Amino acid sequence: MPARGSAARLLEGLLLIAVALLVPLCLYVVFAIVPTEEKMGIVQRIFYFHVPSAFAAFLGVGLCALFSTLYLWRRERRYDRMAHASAELGVLFCTIVLITGPIWARPVWGVWWTGEVRLTSTLILWLIYVGYLLLRENALNRDQAARWAAVVGIIGAMDMPIIYKSVEWWRGLHPKVLRISGGGGLEPTMEKGLMLCTATFLLLFAYLLIQRSRLGRLQDEIEALTHAARSVAAPGAAPAPNGARP
Amino acid sequence: MTSGEKRMSYLRVVALVAAKDLKTELRSREQAVSMFFFALLVLVVFNFAFDFTVIDFVTLGPGVLWVAFIFSGVLALNHSFQIEREQDRIHGILMAPIDRSAFYLGKVAATVLFMSAVEAVLVPVSVLMFNYQLTARVGLATLVLILNTVGFAAVGTLFAAMTTQTRRSEMLLPLLLFPAVVPIALAAVKTTSHVLAGRPFDRYSSWLGMTASYDAIFLGAAVLLFDYVLEES
Repeated sequence: MPARGSAARLLEGLLLIAVALLVPLCLYVVFAIVPTEEKMGIVQRIFYFHVPSAFAAFLGVGLCALFSTLYLWRRERRYDRMAHASAELGVLFCTIVLITGPIWARPVWGVWWTGEVRLTSTLILWLIYVGYLLLRENALNRDQAARWAAVVGIIGAMDMPIIYKSVEWWRGLHPKVLRISGGGGLEPTMEKGLMLCTATFLLLFAYLLIQRSRLGRLQDEIEALTHAARSVAAPGAAPAPNGARP
Repeated sequence: MTSGEKRMSYLRVVALVAAKDLKTELRSREQAVSMFFFALLVLVVFNFAFDFTVIDFVTLGPGVLWVAFIFSGVLALNHSFQIEREQDRIHGILMAPIDRSAFYLGKVAATVLFMSAVEAVLVPVSVLMFNYQLTARVGLATLVLILNTVGFAAVGTLFAAMTTQTRRSEMLLPLLLFPAVVPIALAAVKTTSHVLAGRPFDRYSSWLGMTASYDAIFLGAAVLLFDYVLEES
Protein backbone atom coordinates (compact mmCIF):
# COMPACT_ATOMS: atom_id res chain seq x y z
CA MET A 1 0.00 0.00 0.00
CA PRO A 2 2.68 2.57 0.90
CA ALA A 3 4.60 1.72 -2.29
CA ARG A 4 1.50 2.23 -4.42
CA GLY A 5 0.68 5.40 -2.55
CA SER A 6 4.11 6.88 -3.21
CA ALA A 7 3.93 5.94 -6.91
CA ALA A 8 0.59 7.74 -7.11
CA ARG A 9 2.14 10.71 -5.31
CA LEU A 10 4.99 10.81 -7.80
CA LEU A 11 2.61 10.70 -10.76
CA GLU A 12 0.54 13.43 -9.18
CA GLY A 13 3.61 15.61 -8.60
CA LEU A 14 4.75 15.11 -12.19
CA LEU A 15 1.29 16.02 -13.45
CA LEU A 16 1.25 19.15 -11.33
CA ILE A 17 4.67 20.24 -12.63
CA ALA A 18 3.62 19.48 -16.23
CA VAL A 19 0.39 21.48 -15.90
CA ALA A 20 2.15 24.36 -14.13
CA LEU A 21 4.66 24.59 -16.99
CA LEU A 22 2.23 23.97 -19.82
CA VAL A 23 -0.51 26.45 -18.89
CA PRO A 24 1.74 29.55 -19.18
CA LEU A 25 3.29 28.06 -22.33
CA CYS A 26 -0.20 27.66 -23.82
CA LEU A 27 -1.06 31.25 -22.98
CA TYR A 28 2.15 32.43 -24.63
CA VAL A 29 1.55 30.31 -27.74
CA VAL A 30 -2.10 31.35 -28.06
CA PHE A 31 -1.51 35.06 -27.63
CA ALA A 32 1.96 35.54 -29.10
CA ILE A 33 2.74 32.80 -31.61
CA VAL A 34 -0.30 31.53 -33.51
CA PRO A 35 -1.38 33.85 -36.34
CA THR A 36 -4.56 35.88 -36.03
CA GLU A 37 -7.33 34.35 -38.09
CA GLU A 38 -7.92 36.39 -41.25
CA LYS A 39 -11.70 36.81 -41.12
CA MET A 40 -12.65 36.28 -37.50
CA GLY A 41 -9.87 38.30 -35.96
CA ILE A 42 -8.61 38.17 -32.41
CA VAL A 43 -11.71 36.48 -30.94
CA GLN A 44 -10.84 33.31 -32.83
CA ARG A 45 -8.13 32.67 -30.21
CA ILE A 46 -10.81 31.58 -27.73
CA PHE A 47 -10.98 28.49 -29.90
CA TYR A 48 -7.76 27.23 -28.21
CA PHE A 49 -9.65 27.07 -24.92
CA HIS A 50 -13.07 26.16 -26.27
CA VAL A 51 -12.16 23.04 -28.25
CA PRO A 52 -9.80 21.50 -25.63
CA SER A 53 -12.52 22.06 -22.99
CA ALA A 54 -14.96 20.19 -25.22
CA PHE A 55 -12.52 17.26 -25.46
CA ALA A 56 -12.12 17.28 -21.67
CA ALA A 57 -15.91 17.39 -21.20
CA PHE A 58 -16.45 14.39 -23.47
CA LEU A 59 -13.62 12.56 -21.72
CA GLY A 60 -15.39 13.24 -18.42
CA VAL A 61 -18.67 11.81 -19.70
CA GLY A 62 -16.94 8.75 -21.20
CA LEU A 63 -14.95 8.05 -18.03
CA CYS A 64 -18.08 8.51 -15.93
CA ALA A 65 -19.87 5.81 -17.95
CA LEU A 66 -16.80 3.54 -17.77
CA PHE A 67 -16.36 3.87 -14.00
CA SER A 68 -20.13 3.60 -13.46
CA THR A 69 -20.12 0.26 -15.26
CA LEU A 70 -17.08 -0.88 -13.26
CA TYR A 71 -18.81 0.17 -10.04
CA LEU A 72 -21.99 -1.78 -10.76
CA TRP A 73 -19.90 -4.78 -11.75
CA ARG A 74 -17.27 -4.82 -8.98
CA ARG A 75 -19.00 -2.75 -6.29
CA GLU A 76 -15.80 -1.09 -5.18
CA ARG A 77 -16.19 2.37 -3.69
CA ARG A 78 -13.17 3.75 -5.57
CA TYR A 79 -14.88 3.27 -8.94
CA ASP A 80 -17.82 5.33 -7.72
CA ARG A 81 -15.48 8.07 -6.53
CA MET A 82 -13.85 8.11 -9.97
CA ALA A 83 -17.25 8.21 -11.72
CA HIS A 84 -18.39 11.07 -9.50
CA ALA A 85 -15.15 13.00 -10.09
CA SER A 86 -15.38 12.42 -13.87
CA ALA A 87 -18.98 13.65 -14.00
CA GLU A 88 -18.13 16.74 -11.97
CA LEU A 89 -15.19 17.57 -14.24
CA GLY A 90 -17.36 16.85 -17.28
CA VAL A 91 -19.86 19.44 -16.04
CA LEU A 92 -17.05 21.90 -15.25
CA PHE A 93 -15.45 21.69 -18.70
CA CYS A 94 -18.84 21.61 -20.40
CA THR A 95 -19.66 24.86 -18.59
CA ILE A 96 -16.45 26.37 -20.00
CA VAL A 97 -17.50 25.20 -23.48
CA LEU A 98 -20.95 26.77 -23.08
CA ILE A 99 -19.48 30.08 -21.87
CA THR A 100 -16.66 30.40 -24.39
CA GLY A 101 -18.86 29.33 -27.33
CA PRO A 102 -21.28 32.31 -27.26
CA ILE A 103 -18.41 34.78 -26.61
CA TRP A 104 -16.92 33.58 -29.90
CA ALA A 105 -20.26 33.25 -31.70
CA ARG A 106 -21.51 36.78 -31.03
CA PRO A 107 -18.91 38.66 -33.13
CA VAL A 108 -18.46 35.88 -35.70
CA TRP A 109 -22.01 34.64 -36.29
CA GLY A 110 -23.74 37.78 -35.06
CA VAL A 111 -25.75 35.82 -32.48
CA TRP A 112 -24.99 34.51 -29.00
CA TRP A 113 -26.79 31.27 -29.59
CA THR A 114 -28.30 29.28 -32.46
CA GLY A 115 -30.14 25.99 -32.67
CA GLU A 116 -27.11 24.40 -34.32
CA VAL A 117 -26.73 20.71 -33.55
CA ARG A 118 -23.44 20.80 -31.68
CA LEU A 119 -24.56 23.69 -29.47
CA THR A 120 -27.91 22.15 -28.67
CA SER A 121 -26.56 18.70 -27.89
CA THR A 122 -23.76 20.13 -25.73
CA LEU A 123 -26.38 22.03 -23.73
CA ILE A 124 -28.45 18.85 -23.29
CA LEU A 125 -25.34 16.91 -22.28
CA TRP A 126 -24.64 19.57 -19.65
CA LEU A 127 -28.23 19.35 -18.36
CA ILE A 128 -28.08 15.55 -18.06
CA TYR A 129 -24.93 15.65 -15.95
CA VAL A 130 -26.18 18.52 -13.81
CA GLY A 131 -29.17 16.21 -13.15
CA TYR A 132 -26.69 13.42 -12.34
CA LEU A 133 -25.01 15.59 -9.68
CA LEU A 134 -28.38 16.73 -8.25
CA LEU A 135 -29.60 13.14 -7.99
CA ARG A 136 -26.45 12.24 -6.05
CA GLU A 137 -27.07 15.13 -3.67
CA ASN A 138 -30.62 13.98 -3.02
CA ALA A 139 -29.96 10.29 -2.45
CA LEU A 140 -30.59 9.10 1.10
CA ASN A 141 -27.16 7.52 1.59
CA ARG A 142 -23.82 6.99 -0.10
CA ASP A 143 -24.62 3.50 -1.33
CA GLN A 144 -27.85 4.66 -2.95
CA ALA A 145 -26.13 7.69 -4.47
CA ALA A 146 -23.46 5.45 -5.98
CA ARG A 147 -25.90 2.95 -7.50
CA TRP A 148 -28.30 5.57 -8.87
CA ALA A 149 -25.55 7.76 -10.24
CA ALA A 150 -24.04 4.76 -12.00
CA VAL A 151 -27.39 4.03 -13.68
CA VAL A 152 -27.79 7.66 -14.82
CA GLY A 153 -24.14 7.82 -15.91
CA ILE A 154 -24.59 4.78 -18.16
CA ILE A 155 -27.99 5.87 -19.54
CA GLY A 156 -26.70 9.40 -20.18
CA ALA A 157 -23.71 8.21 -22.18
CA MET A 158 -25.91 5.83 -24.20
CA ASP A 159 -28.33 8.67 -24.88
CA MET A 160 -25.76 11.13 -26.23
CA PRO A 161 -25.35 9.75 -29.79
CA ILE A 162 -29.13 9.42 -30.14
CA ILE A 163 -29.64 12.99 -28.91
CA TYR A 164 -27.02 14.26 -31.34
CA LYS A 165 -28.62 12.39 -34.24
CA SER A 166 -32.14 13.53 -33.37
CA VAL A 167 -31.13 17.19 -33.07
CA GLU A 168 -29.28 16.90 -36.38
CA TRP A 169 -32.39 15.46 -38.08
CA TRP A 170 -34.58 18.04 -36.42
CA ARG A 171 -32.52 20.84 -37.93
CA GLY A 172 -32.98 19.09 -41.25
CA LEU A 173 -31.85 21.29 -44.13
CA HIS A 174 -30.16 24.00 -42.07
CA PRO A 175 -26.61 24.45 -43.31
CA LYS A 176 -23.68 23.72 -41.07
CA VAL A 177 -22.85 27.22 -39.88
CA LEU A 178 -19.16 26.52 -39.67
CA ARG A 179 -16.89 23.58 -39.28
CA ILE A 180 -14.51 24.31 -36.49
CA SER A 181 -13.29 20.84 -35.58
CA GLY A 182 -11.43 18.34 -37.66
CA GLY A 183 -8.30 20.41 -38.16
CA GLY A 184 -8.34 19.63 -41.88
CA GLY A 185 -8.40 23.23 -43.05
CA LEU A 186 -6.32 24.50 -40.17
CA GLU A 187 -3.12 26.41 -40.69
CA PRO A 188 -0.15 24.29 -39.39
CA THR A 189 0.84 26.67 -36.55
CA MET A 190 -2.79 26.85 -35.45
CA GLU A 191 -3.07 23.08 -35.52
CA LYS A 192 0.07 22.69 -33.38
CA GLY A 193 -1.25 25.32 -30.97
CA LEU A 194 -4.54 23.47 -30.71
CA MET A 195 -2.76 20.17 -30.06
CA LEU A 196 -0.63 21.75 -27.33
CA CYS A 197 -3.69 23.28 -25.66
CA THR A 198 -5.62 20.01 -25.89
CA ALA A 199 -2.75 18.09 -24.30
CA THR A 200 -2.57 20.69 -21.52
CA PHE A 201 -6.29 20.54 -20.83
CA LEU A 202 -6.27 16.73 -20.73
CA LEU A 203 -3.34 16.74 -18.29
CA LEU A 204 -5.18 19.31 -16.18
CA PHE A 205 -8.23 17.04 -16.33
CA ALA A 206 -6.13 14.07 -15.13
CA TYR A 207 -4.66 16.13 -12.28
CA LEU A 208 -8.07 17.39 -11.15
CA LEU A 209 -9.52 13.87 -11.44
CA ILE A 210 -6.88 12.52 -9.05
CA GLN A 211 -7.44 15.41 -6.64
CA ARG A 212 -11.23 15.11 -6.71
CA SER A 213 -11.30 11.35 -6.20
CA ARG A 214 -8.83 11.68 -3.32
CA LEU A 215 -11.16 14.26 -1.77
CA GLY A 216 -13.98 11.74 -2.16
CA ARG A 217 -11.91 9.08 -0.40
CA LEU A 218 -11.18 11.46 2.48
CA GLN A 219 -14.90 12.26 2.77
CA ASP A 220 -15.63 8.53 2.94
CA GLU A 221 -12.99 8.07 5.64
CA ILE A 222 -14.36 10.97 7.69
CA GLU A 223 -17.83 9.51 7.45
CA ALA A 224 -16.60 6.10 8.60
CA LEU A 225 -14.62 7.64 11.48
CA THR A 226 -17.54 9.83 12.58
CA HIS A 227 -19.75 6.78 12.61
CA ALA A 228 -17.20 4.78 14.58
CA ALA A 229 -16.83 7.61 17.12
CA ARG A 230 -20.60 7.83 17.51
CA SER A 231 -21.01 4.13 18.07
CA VAL A 232 -18.26 4.23 20.74
CA ALA A 233 -19.96 7.16 22.47
CA ALA A 234 -23.44 5.65 22.33
CA PRO A 235 -23.33 1.94 21.46
CA GLY A 236 -26.37 0.76 19.55
CA ALA A 237 -27.76 4.27 19.22
CA ALA A 238 -26.33 5.07 15.81
CA PRO A 239 -27.57 2.88 12.99
CA ALA A 240 -24.83 1.97 10.54
CA PRO A 241 -24.78 4.41 7.64
CA ASN A 242 -25.18 2.34 4.53
CA GLY A 243 -22.14 1.95 2.41
CA ALA A 244 -19.90 3.60 4.98
CA ARG A 245 -18.80 0.22 6.25
CA PRO A 246 -15.24 -0.62 5.29
CA MET B 1 -40.21 -26.87 -20.91
CA THR B 2 -38.90 -25.33 -17.71
CA SER B 3 -37.62 -22.30 -19.60
CA GLY B 4 -41.02 -22.01 -21.24
CA GLU B 5 -42.70 -22.12 -17.85
CA LYS B 6 -40.25 -19.55 -16.53
CA ARG B 7 -40.92 -17.22 -19.42
CA MET B 8 -44.65 -17.58 -18.92
CA SER B 9 -44.36 -16.71 -15.27
CA TYR B 10 -42.16 -13.73 -16.12
CA LEU B 11 -44.79 -12.35 -18.49
CA ARG B 12 -47.43 -13.17 -15.92
CA VAL B 13 -45.63 -11.05 -13.32
CA VAL B 14 -45.47 -8.17 -15.81
CA ALA B 15 -49.20 -8.48 -16.45
CA LEU B 16 -50.01 -8.82 -12.74
CA VAL B 17 -48.06 -5.68 -11.78
CA ALA B 18 -49.76 -3.69 -14.53
CA ALA B 19 -53.16 -5.12 -13.57
CA LYS B 20 -52.56 -4.23 -9.93
CA ASP B 21 -51.93 -0.58 -10.88
CA LEU B 22 -54.97 -0.52 -13.15
CA LYS B 23 -57.17 -1.99 -10.43
CA THR B 24 -55.93 0.55 -7.87
CA GLU B 25 -56.64 3.30 -10.36
CA LEU B 26 -60.12 2.02 -11.23
CA ARG B 27 -60.99 2.03 -7.54
CA SER B 28 -59.52 5.39 -6.61
CA ARG B 29 -59.76 7.24 -9.95
CA GLU B 30 -57.38 9.81 -8.60
CA GLN B 31 -54.65 9.68 -11.20
CA ALA B 32 -56.28 9.60 -14.63
CA VAL B 33 -58.62 12.42 -13.69
CA SER B 34 -55.86 14.75 -12.50
CA MET B 35 -53.64 13.76 -15.44
CA PHE B 36 -56.41 14.53 -17.89
CA PHE B 37 -57.34 17.89 -16.41
CA PHE B 38 -53.72 18.90 -16.12
CA ALA B 39 -53.13 18.06 -19.80
CA LEU B 40 -56.31 19.89 -20.76
CA LEU B 41 -55.12 22.90 -18.82
CA VAL B 42 -51.86 22.89 -20.78
CA LEU B 43 -53.89 22.96 -24.01
CA VAL B 44 -56.00 25.84 -22.71
CA VAL B 45 -52.89 27.81 -21.73
CA PHE B 46 -51.39 27.30 -25.18
CA ASN B 47 -54.72 28.25 -26.70
CA PHE B 48 -54.18 31.68 -25.17
CA ALA B 49 -50.45 31.78 -25.92
CA PHE B 50 -50.85 31.05 -29.64
CA ASP B 51 -53.73 32.27 -31.75
CA PHE B 52 -54.67 29.13 -33.68
CA THR B 53 -57.21 30.98 -35.78
CA VAL B 54 -54.19 32.61 -37.45
CA ILE B 55 -51.52 29.92 -37.11
CA ASP B 56 -52.06 26.59 -38.86
CA PHE B 57 -52.42 23.90 -36.17
CA VAL B 58 -49.98 21.60 -37.98
CA THR B 59 -47.06 24.01 -37.45
CA LEU B 60 -47.34 24.43 -33.67
CA GLY B 61 -50.04 21.98 -32.58
CA PRO B 62 -47.94 18.79 -32.37
CA GLY B 63 -45.55 20.56 -29.99
CA VAL B 64 -48.46 21.76 -27.87
CA LEU B 65 -49.97 18.27 -27.72
CA TRP B 66 -46.67 16.64 -26.75
CA VAL B 67 -45.95 19.21 -24.06
CA ALA B 68 -49.34 18.31 -22.59
CA PHE B 69 -48.65 14.54 -22.86
CA ILE B 70 -45.14 14.76 -21.42
CA PHE B 71 -46.13 17.01 -18.51
CA SER B 72 -49.06 14.79 -17.56
CA GLY B 73 -46.78 11.77 -18.09
CA VAL B 74 -44.48 13.11 -15.36
CA LEU B 75 -47.50 13.14 -13.03
CA ALA B 76 -48.21 9.52 -13.95
CA LEU B 77 -44.59 8.49 -13.31
CA ASN B 78 -44.43 10.20 -9.93
CA HIS B 79 -47.72 8.67 -8.90
CA SER B 80 -46.68 5.23 -10.14
CA PHE B 81 -43.99 4.89 -7.46
CA GLN B 82 -45.56 7.06 -4.79
CA ILE B 83 -48.40 4.54 -4.44
CA GLU B 84 -45.77 1.86 -3.84
CA ARG B 85 -44.31 3.86 -0.98
CA GLU B 86 -47.67 4.29 0.74
CA GLN B 87 -47.92 1.67 3.48
CA ASP B 88 -44.53 0.35 2.33
CA ARG B 89 -45.99 -1.71 -0.50
CA ILE B 90 -42.60 -1.57 -2.15
CA HIS B 91 -41.18 -3.90 0.51
CA GLY B 92 -43.75 -6.50 -0.40
CA ILE B 93 -42.62 -6.25 -4.00
CA LEU B 94 -38.95 -6.42 -3.02
CA MET B 95 -39.50 -9.52 -0.88
CA ALA B 96 -41.63 -11.30 -3.48
CA PRO B 97 -39.77 -14.03 -5.39
CA ILE B 98 -40.11 -12.21 -8.68
CA ASP B 99 -37.71 -10.72 -11.17
CA ARG B 100 -37.25 -7.02 -10.48
CA SER B 101 -37.15 -6.32 -14.21
CA ALA B 102 -40.63 -7.90 -14.53
CA PHE B 103 -41.83 -5.40 -11.94
CA TYR B 104 -40.21 -2.64 -14.01
CA LEU B 105 -41.88 -3.79 -17.24
CA GLY B 106 -45.24 -4.01 -15.46
CA LYS B 107 -44.81 -0.42 -14.27
CA VAL B 108 -43.89 0.69 -17.80
CA ALA B 109 -46.98 -1.07 -19.16
CA ALA B 110 -49.25 0.61 -16.60
CA THR B 111 -47.76 4.05 -17.31
CA VAL B 112 -48.13 3.54 -21.07
CA LEU B 113 -51.78 2.56 -20.50
CA PHE B 114 -52.52 5.62 -18.36
CA MET B 115 -50.78 7.98 -20.75
CA SER B 116 -52.51 6.40 -23.76
CA ALA B 117 -55.88 6.77 -22.07
CA VAL B 118 -55.24 10.48 -21.54
CA GLU B 119 -53.97 10.84 -25.12
CA ALA B 120 -57.01 8.99 -26.47
CA VAL B 121 -59.31 11.55 -24.85
CA LEU B 122 -57.14 14.60 -25.36
CA VAL B 123 -56.55 14.19 -29.11
CA PRO B 124 -60.29 14.33 -29.99
CA VAL B 125 -60.69 17.24 -27.55
CA SER B 126 -57.87 19.08 -29.32
CA VAL B 127 -59.54 18.39 -32.69
CA LEU B 128 -62.63 20.19 -31.37
CA MET B 129 -60.64 22.95 -29.73
CA PHE B 130 -58.29 23.76 -32.58
CA ASN B 131 -60.39 22.80 -35.63
CA TYR B 132 -58.01 20.51 -37.46
CA GLN B 133 -58.54 17.29 -39.44
CA LEU B 134 -57.49 13.89 -38.17
CA THR B 135 -59.80 11.63 -40.17
CA ALA B 136 -58.30 8.76 -42.18
CA ARG B 137 -54.96 9.03 -40.35
CA VAL B 138 -56.08 7.61 -37.01
CA GLY B 139 -54.13 4.36 -37.45
CA LEU B 140 -50.82 6.09 -38.14
CA ALA B 141 -51.44 8.66 -35.42
CA THR B 142 -52.05 5.84 -32.93
CA LEU B 143 -48.79 4.15 -33.92
CA VAL B 144 -46.89 7.43 -33.47
CA LEU B 145 -48.49 8.08 -30.08
CA ILE B 146 -47.86 4.60 -28.72
CA LEU B 147 -44.26 4.23 -29.93
CA ASN B 148 -43.25 7.58 -28.45
CA THR B 149 -45.18 7.03 -25.23
CA VAL B 150 -43.35 3.72 -24.72
CA GLY B 151 -39.97 5.45 -25.09
CA PHE B 152 -40.95 8.16 -22.63
CA ALA B 153 -42.30 5.63 -20.11
CA ALA B 154 -39.25 3.34 -20.48
CA VAL B 155 -36.73 5.95 -19.33
CA GLY B 156 -39.27 7.72 -17.11
CA THR B 157 -40.08 4.61 -15.09
CA LEU B 158 -36.38 3.85 -14.53
CA PHE B 159 -35.72 7.41 -13.31
CA ALA B 160 -38.96 7.70 -11.30
CA ALA B 161 -38.03 4.56 -9.37
CA MET B 162 -35.02 6.52 -8.10
CA THR B 163 -36.35 10.05 -7.72
CA THR B 164 -39.51 9.02 -5.85
CA GLN B 165 -37.29 7.62 -3.11
CA THR B 166 -35.97 11.13 -2.45
CA ARG B 167 -37.81 13.98 -0.80
CA ARG B 168 -37.76 16.16 -3.92
CA SER B 169 -39.19 13.88 -6.54
CA GLU B 170 -41.47 16.46 -8.19
CA MET B 171 -38.45 18.59 -8.99
CA LEU B 172 -35.84 15.93 -9.65
CA LEU B 173 -37.75 13.72 -12.06
CA PRO B 174 -38.36 16.36 -14.78
CA LEU B 175 -34.82 17.63 -14.30
CA LEU B 176 -33.34 14.22 -15.03
CA LEU B 177 -35.94 13.01 -17.48
CA PHE B 178 -36.49 15.91 -19.89
CA PRO B 179 -32.93 16.10 -21.22
CA ALA B 180 -32.79 12.31 -21.53
CA VAL B 181 -36.01 12.08 -23.56
CA VAL B 182 -35.07 14.86 -26.00
CA PRO B 183 -34.91 12.34 -28.90
CA ILE B 184 -38.44 11.16 -28.08
CA ALA B 185 -39.77 14.70 -27.81
CA LEU B 186 -38.25 15.67 -31.16
CA ALA B 187 -39.33 12.48 -32.93
CA ALA B 188 -42.83 12.69 -31.47
CA VAL B 189 -43.39 16.29 -32.55
CA LYS B 190 -41.90 15.75 -36.02
CA THR B 191 -43.84 12.56 -36.79
CA THR B 192 -47.08 13.94 -35.38
CA SER B 193 -46.85 17.01 -37.59
CA HIS B 194 -46.05 14.86 -40.64
CA VAL B 195 -49.05 12.63 -39.92
CA LEU B 196 -51.36 15.62 -39.38
CA ALA B 197 -50.14 17.27 -42.56
CA GLY B 198 -50.85 14.04 -44.44
CA ARG B 199 -47.34 13.73 -45.84
CA PRO B 200 -46.15 10.46 -47.42
CA PHE B 201 -44.97 7.78 -44.99
CA ASP B 202 -41.37 7.67 -46.23
CA ARG B 203 -40.93 11.32 -45.25
CA TYR B 204 -41.00 10.35 -41.58
CA SER B 205 -40.39 6.60 -41.50
CA SER B 206 -36.79 7.22 -40.36
CA TRP B 207 -38.12 9.17 -37.35
CA LEU B 208 -40.37 6.23 -36.47
CA GLY B 209 -37.32 3.99 -36.82
CA MET B 210 -35.41 6.21 -34.40
CA THR B 211 -38.25 6.05 -31.87
CA ALA B 212 -38.47 2.26 -32.20
CA SER B 213 -34.70 1.91 -31.66
CA TYR B 214 -34.84 4.30 -28.69
CA ASP B 215 -37.63 2.18 -27.18
CA ALA B 216 -35.69 -1.06 -27.70
CA ILE B 217 -32.34 0.32 -26.46
CA PHE B 218 -33.65 1.89 -23.28
CA LEU B 219 -36.16 -0.83 -22.40
CA GLY B 220 -33.27 -3.29 -22.72
CA ALA B 221 -30.85 -1.12 -20.74
CA ALA B 222 -33.43 -0.49 -18.02
CA VAL B 223 -34.24 -4.20 -17.68
CA LEU B 224 -30.53 -4.80 -17.05
CA LEU B 225 -30.08 -1.81 -14.72
CA PHE B 226 -33.33 -1.85 -12.76
CA ASP B 227 -31.97 -4.29 -10.16
CA TYR B 228 -29.50 -1.65 -9.00
CA VAL B 229 -32.18 1.00 -8.67
CA LEU B 230 -34.43 -0.81 -6.23
CA GLU B 231 -31.79 -2.76 -4.39
CA GLU B 232 -32.49 -3.00 -0.67
CA SER B 233 -30.24 -0.57 1.11
